Amino acid sequence: MARMKFLCDADRCIECNACVTACKNEHDVPWGINRRRVVTINDGKPGERSVSMACMHCTDPPCAAVCPVNCFYQTADAVVLHSKEICIGCGYCFYACPFGAPQFPKLSNFGSRGKMDKCTYCAGGPDVDLSLKEYERYGSNRLAEGKLPLCAEMCSTKALLAGDSDMVADIYKQRVMVRGYGSGAWGWRTAYRETVTI
Amino acid sequence: MLVKRRGSARPDISAQALSGLASAAIDRRSFLARSGLAAAGLSTLGTLTLGAVQRAKAAGSSVSGPEVVIRKNICTHCSVGCTVTAEVVNGVWVGQEPSWESPLNRGTHCCKGASIREIVHGDRRLRYPMKLVGGQWQRISWNDAIDEIAAKTLAIREANGADSVYWLGSAKFTNEAAYLLRKFAAFWGTNSVDHQARICHSTTVAGVANTWGYGAQTNSYNDIRNAKTMIIMGGNPAEAHPVSLQHVLSGKELNKANLIVIDPRFTRTAAHATEYVRLRPGTDIPTIWGMLWHIFQNGWEDKQFIAERVYGMDAVRKEVEKWTPDEVERVTGIPGAQLKHVAELFATQRPSTLIWCMGATQHTVGTANVRAFCILCLATGNVGKPGTGANIFRGHTNVQGATDLGLDVTTLPLYYGLVEGAWKHWARVWDVEYDWLQARFDEVPAIAGRKARTRKENMETPGITSTRWFDAVNLPAEQIDQRTGLKAMMVFGHGGNTVTRIPQAVEGMKKLDLLVVADPHPTTFAALNARQDNTYLLPIATSLEMEGSRTASNRSLQWGEKIVDPVFESKDDYQVMYLLAEKYGFAEGLFKHIKVDNKSPQADDILREINRGGWSTGYCGQSPERLKAHMRNQSKFDLVTLRAPKDTPEVGGDYYGLPWPCWGKPEIRHPGTHILYNTNLHVKDGGSTFRARFGVERGGETLLAENSFSLGSELTDGYPEITFGIMKKLGWDADLTQDERDTITRIGGDNPDTVSWAIDLSGGIQRVCLDHGIMFYGNGKARANAWNLPDPVPVHREPIYTPRADLVGKYPTRPDERQFRIPNIGFSVQKSAIDRNIARDFPIVLTSGRIVEFEGGGEETRSNRWLAELQQDMFIEVNVQDAAERGIKDGQVVWVYGAENGARIKVKALVTERVGRGVAWMPFHFSGWYQGEDMRGFYPKGADPIVLGESANTVTSYGFDPVTGMQEPKATLCQIRTS
Repeated sequence: MARMKFLCDADRCIECNACVTACKNEHDVPWGINRRRVVTINDGKPGERSVSMACMHCTDPPCAAVCPVNCFYQTADAVVLHSKEICIGCGYCFYACPFGAPQFPKLSNFGSRGKMDKCTYCAGGPDVDLSLKEYERYGSNRLAEGKLPLCAEMCSTKALLAGDSDMVADIYKQRVMVRGYGSGAWGWRTAYRETVTI
Repeated sequence: MLVKRRGSARPDISAQALSGLASAAIDRRSFLARSGLAAAGLSTLGTLTLGAVQRAKAAGSSVSGPEVVIRKNICTHCSVGCTVTAEVVNGVWVGQEPSWESPLNRGTHCCKGASIREIVHGDRRLRYPMKLVGGQWQRISWNDAIDEIAAKTLAIREANGADSVYWLGSAKFTNEAAYLLRKFAAFWGTNSVDHQARICHSTTVAGVANTWGYGAQTNSYNDIRNAKTMIIMGGNPAEAHPVSLQHVLSGKELNKANLIVIDPRFTRTAAHATEYVRLRPGTDIPTIWGMLWHIFQNGWEDKQFIAERVYGMDAVRKEVEKWTPDEVERVTGIPGAQLKHVAELFATQRPSTLIWCMGATQHTVGTANVRAFCILCLATGNVGKPGTGANIFRGHTNVQGATDLGLDVTTLPLYYGLVEGAWKHWARVWDVEYDWLQARFDEVPAIAGRKARTRKENMETPGITSTRWFDAVNLPAEQIDQRTGLKAMMVFGHGGNTVTRIPQAVEGMKKLDLLVVADPHPTTFAALNARQDNTYLLPIATSLEMEGSRTASNRSLQWGEKIVDPVFESKDDYQVMYLLAEKYGFAEGLFKHIKVDNKSPQADDILREINRGGWSTGYCGQSPERLKAHMRNQSKFDLVTLRAPKDTPEVGGDYYGLPWPCWGKPEIRHPGTHILYNTNLHVKDGGSTFRARFGVERGGETLLAENSFSLGSELTDGYPEITFGIMKKLGWDADLTQDERDTITRIGGDNPDTVSWAIDLSGGIQRVCLDHGIMFYGNGKARANAWNLPDPVPVHREPIYTPRADLVGKYPTRPDERQFRIPNIGFSVQKSAIDRNIARDFPIVLTSGRIVEFEGGGEETRSNRWLAELQQDMFIEVNVQDAAERGIKDGQVVWVYGAENGARIKVKALVTERVGRGVAWMPFHFSGWYQGEDMRGFYPKGADPIVLGESANTVTSYGFDPVTGMQEPKATLCQIRTS
């Protein structure tokens, strides 16, 4: 079975924000809810790099680990989804997530923040695939239509890659081989420190 | 630490700005209501209208149900020409899909293209015609609006002449609308018809065309994949043309290419460069001459190319000798060793391409900058081959096409100029009497010692540039060289905040007798609170609601389908021009050979008329049928060569979009020209030579190519432009058909020998020449020395407002002169600024540019909630040291003071090393605040953009290019203080 992943090639990402508005457009995400955003490091200085961030659809998702009502589940394609029917808006997942993926319609330190919303990898939710109910709660379900997340499909420089992790890795490996270095991968240094020369 | 460009401070977006946003979201998807916020949801349900509910049901591409229709159009936000694939359900645009087949964008978009659906269906559009009555907006009907506007313009014409009405067109027009407005202005009787190219690449067009023949990008975005060295100078395509970076970065990776960014600002593009060079704003010519100094010194130039294909390089050598590394460093601030390295890369690691944008063009020396850039390409032999060239990135969907089709004060469509021959050519195409056209123009009396002009002379005199429309209102009558100054502005698809010196524009607006803004949005003109009455807003369809072709930067024409019918009461540009022409009494003549369906002129037919007259620039071969076939067969074209295999049905052998020039009649199936001036191809395969446009000889030196000719040419040396007379000498006239010969004889009258390839309506001369493998526009040399320009060889001239008073003596701006009917007193302004030591009070160089989320004047994009959310504040980038000296903290609100008009604007400070010390940068997309005042209340209710902000141009200053009237927003002075 496929294991769906995102990978942002920071050598290519130019912070054009196409991924952000493609997401908004596809799912009609309201003002203030940001399923995806672009983060820039060293803004305005040599070494400036941008990386597009959303739910990373972790293999062992910390959001699911802390959820008191168990609203998270992983699809057969390893996409991390949740049920808005079960979610109580407690916000624990927000604290657990290292990527800031969970979004809430209401800002509040106490009480419900409203149903959590996050990137669905364009895979809808637990409702019947391609139903109006699913669309209204989670946005469209491109995976069920045989398509990939629109953010990656529309990425201006093809920096943001989505798909089966093996294929994404292959594409990225080819790019690295052409370039002759691998530091473009976001997280490379964190993963390999200085032990791998680039 | 993670830092976002808009700073850490919470945006001060007002509740009013956001009005409707939350509820709109609920309308669309019942998002919040279904998210456990029932109370909040219910409280806004009152705003849910029936239409919105229906739309919510239609929304979402994945919802099964009604049939989804796919329609393709072109994104309007830059010139890359990204195909937009729209999903339409029941006449509502419900989703976008990636346009995988397009060889230009290959499925991708930037944030503007990825959210372009909102431009059409957003609720901030102007909904119906409105007029100002005592300072209040009132809704009126289309009939009343057209009646009143027509009556008023006719009365103004009667009293003040045809030249007193200004027709400002748009770079977002389709080719057909641009052509139609130019024709319309000719029928009205004025040459004061212009569009955004004036303020974006007018200097490029003038500089490039004067160098080698045609004013356009020589290669293409895709072809950049072939380059080994790329210099991007005065451009930030990562934000202005994001999809182009797909080609640039791929090229960089695949070829291990050098990507050098030369810019005063460390841009998002520079962040991906292999080398970044910081120069002082306004010193492009010294930088290029500094590179050429090393190139000539070390013999890195392409001697064979220069000998065969370039005229006047010796004059350049003489000027370049003055630019020793020391002097270059003194003037530009670029370290000598770095510039030598860059020069060596560009000259020796070929193919090399030079990419530029408005950082180069928007200067008093804009044309000279462009000329210097071209000369660098010529000296290193980097023109006319894959991976080389002047890759000029233009700014809107169709700014190239609108320029080509003559929304320009100096020419009729397709660069025929304004000479008698040009008028007669178009009169033949339009099937209208030349004498009738002439009679439409004003006679200009002798004023202030200037000669009077007859109607014929006035018809052949360039109009007033859009950069100076308000000067032509404000200046004393005797200084304006036409019957009277301007009395009425007719503005189609053009923001009011894109032109420098807004305080003076406000004065001009106050004095106008009539202002008409025809646009999907009210634009800045509505928000400046300059007027009480006689002001109309007409709701116009966006380009996405219109049929027609658009010319991308690489000269490819793409046919766009109407995605949905115009929303609300909007009408498209064709319809509005028809309605006005009807009132003016020339609809019949204007549309003589154009089908009009229920008062709606048909784009296909307009394009056919363009084809019938577009010989000069090769707009003759792109019939609507061929263009539509290209859109159907997008996937057949190669990513790098843009060519379809010869055996492909419908489009075999064509280059994508039949990039102009596409010669001859559509039936001869010329493939278009992917790379201009490429002699390694046969002319029938898109090969060509430099244009012999400026004669055959000068001062004893030939202007024709030597030992250089296009592949398979029967003439194996330089040759002049081809006329019927020359054809006869060559014996090729025998190849003409009887019909072609008859047409030529009819056009030529008594002297058919003078009929040239450009005015032969039969296309016979072009057809026969192509068969003989020759380029009928001649085989000339490119001109390093363009003797007809004010500076034949570019020389450095300091900006009008410069921090370097010490350099003005040696490098002054050009003397005062009359240009485009009014005075250009740049020299006096510069002298006064130096005399007053203005740099003491305004020590910071101010420059401007684009951000990725917004475009142009920004009304459309700031009204798009998905884009507005990303960039909610106008800001100024201030260098860390400049900020520290002034006690300015990041995110703080500051006043920026301009050097003229006592103007000031209130914006947020973004303290950053992105700009060098002594330089500040602002985006130019904002409006709706004016000198500290929020103008939201002056927009018609509900049509105010979500995000408002101060316009950078409120504090920009005087300065105009002598060749095109280009303004100077890229190098002026300012002061910044905490508020």
